[in-house]
Amino acid sequence: MTTTQNAPLVPSFDDAATDRKLAIICSKGNLDMAYPGLILANAALGEGVEVHLFFTFWGFDMINKKTMGDLKFTPLGNTATHMPQGLGGLPGMTHMATSRMKRSIAELDVPEVPEFLQQIVDSGGHLWACRMSADMMHLDEEDLYDEVEGIISAADFIEKTENAQLLFI
Amino acid sequence: MPTTTIDGHVIHVDDEGFMTEYTEWSEPLGKALAAQIGIEMSDEHWKAIRFLRTDFADQGETATLRRVSVLGGIPTKQLFVLFPQKPAKKMAYVAGLPKPHGCV
Repeated sequence: MTTTQNAPLVPSFDDAATDRKLAIICSKGNLDMAYPGLILANAALGEGVEVHLFFTFWGFDMINKKTMGDLKFTPLGNTATHMPQGLGGLPGMTHMATSRMKRSIAELDVPEVPEFLQQIVDSGGHLWACRMSADMMHLDEEDLYDEVEGIISAADFIEKTENAQLLFI
Repeated sequence: MPTTTIDGHVIHVDDEGFMTEYTEWSEPLGKALAAQIGIEMSDEHWKAIRFLRTDFADQGETATLRRVSVLGGIPTKQLFVLFPQKPAKKMAYVAGLPKPHGCV
């Protein structure tokens, strides 16, 4: 069917209406649990949404310079791998599972965690570290990824993300 | 498929207005499409759009933002300056391509 309009049909990019905000709390340090937050943050930024990520507890591994490039995946305790649970505990299994997952991710042209964080920051995303976690782990800004804007309290984060939609991962 | 007329060019588009026929596009049309969404084309804009056109011809799908920055050589930050708010979709629109499907 062919129709012709008088006014040109142009997609609505809704520039004025993008006052949407997304807050993502990253609380896990496993490789497989790092990606959902990063991918959703990146997708939201590409849609013109303001995005704030808050790293807390084990999520600190994603922004700790010592660990951020070396997150791991283990099949142990994860029934979704559909492997006998005993296998997960064998020596070298975590290393093997991690290498495989990293390869699958790289094949999709998805960057590793540090590069992904940089892409998020370049797209206008904000990274925040949790004050209590920093104190617990005896870490300060020097230990954290340079693009982290600050170590802030939970209350500060809640204040910054007023009216945001929130994801806890 | 509906058709629409942009600056005297009759083009086939989807329901949102993205072009559906790769070969109907030309640079003068790209300029007119950009004007429709408030973008005035500069050399840097063209660099991105030409990359998208070539990459689509090679790959059969629209490049994601990451692809434009890594392979097209235009930093992500700059893409957000050139095509504000929704760079991937806006670039696809100006380049006469479908919206990108990739997640990253």
